[in-house]
Amino acid sequence: MLEVSNLACSRGDHRLFSGLSFALHPGQIMQVQGANGSGKTSLLRTLCGFMMPDEGDIAWRGNNIRDLDDDYHAEMLYLGHLNAIKDELTALENLRISAGLSGVEINEKEAVAALRRMGLRGREMLPVKVLSQGQRRRVALARLLVADARLWILDEPLTALDVGAVTLIQELIAEHLAQQGMIIFTTHQPLQVAGVEMSSLSLS
Amino acid sequence: MKKFTMFDLLVLVIRRDLVLAMRRRADVLTILIFFVMVVSLFPLGVGPEMGMLRKMAPGVLWVAALLASMLSLGRLFSADYLDGTLEQMLLAPQSLSMLVLGKMTAHWMVSGLPLVLLAPVLGLQFDMSLQAIGVLIMGLLLGTPILSMIGAIGAALTLGLRGGGVLLSLLVLPLCIPVLIFGTGAVEAVSTGLSAASHVSLLGALLIMALVFTPWVTAQALRISME
Repeated sequence: MLEVSNLACSRGDHRLFSGLSFALHPGQIMQVQGANGSGKTSLLRTLCGFMMPDEGDIAWRGNNIRDLDDDYHAEMLYLGHLNAIKDELTALENLRISAGLSGVEINEKEAVAALRRMGLRGREMLPVKVLSQGQRRRVALARLLVADARLWILDEPLTALDVGAVTLIQELIAEHLAQQGMIIFTTHQPLQVAGVEMSSLSLS
Repeated sequence: MKKFTMFDLLVLVIRRDLVLAMRRRADVLTILIFFVMVVSLFPLGVGPEMGMLRKMAPGVLWVAALLASMLSLGRLFSADYLDGTLEQMLLAPQSLSMLVLGKMTAHWMVSGLPLVLLAPVLGLQFDMSLQAIGVLIMGLLLGTPILSMIGAIGAALTLGLRGGGVLLSLLVLPLCIPVLIFGTGAVEAVSTGLSAASHVSLLGALLIMALVFTPWVTAQALRISME
């Protein structure tokens, strides 16, 4: 589980938040709320280990994530504002490469199945540059299906998605939580998952 | 699902970068054309006196190779930085140094190796002897990977900076001077009838040192740039 204690973070001279403490247990989901610029993305990036917090500790299974490093990275998945996909590569190549980077090798069949579930049937072999914004986001989100991670850190996962895709994401979240996964995410759109109690964290 | 080993990751990154380079062929061709142009301009500029051309050939070829490799360094990490892939690379559960080594290797195969292959043709243009061309290729083969590796450190440090291109050259070019000295020194040695062995072994030593240290240093620089 993920434990955050007394976390403080700043950008330049501006203090974004301080004294932030929370814990995320298996099967739990937490929404980070706050206005633009309140530090939601900074919090998530700090949780990934990209940024050093000014103060406080982030612990995964009781150990500091700085000490765990790669062992922590093997158990988490981060989806940021940027899709991390290449325009020149096909959806299939993109998915297989990003799965490889996150430490799992998937064969073509598994990748195609994941892309089809994301509603990209018939688009698997197209270079990503001909796809729409929403379809690109779907390619990026297909990583959730193939990665083998306990903790999902999702920054605005619903950007550019249509109603059908949002429903799909809700399903994925419910499945992940049912398998004792953990999710921390931000969104400005309403996201309800049936039968799941969502805790929330407000940054101001 | 199969877990990835470090070697799998290396192969994956090299293959990915080569496929990307194949689909963006213009970038690769630009470097090659730049190299050929710069080298070919010298005989036109300094006049067709054979003795002089033969003497300056190694220096011209090496400096042109150095500048050509600078040209492509800016893109080494910036594309991955802009589309978010670099974030994912930092989060890869395997060693980031290994991943960086993969990117360096791919960069050399795309921007260094073609220069090595073209060098003999350009050497003939300067009326270099076959023996001198042989040593030149040997030197470039050992030296261009070092340029890619040292350049990667600079590319990682200047990531996301405005005007990073100029800063990159200022950072990297001075560090490449030893490679230039030993590379041209080797060709001069054989031209004057001496052995090139000492120069070539020093280049080899530099290459080994770069292989050991630069991936790690670059990985640290990338972590700093991503903060």
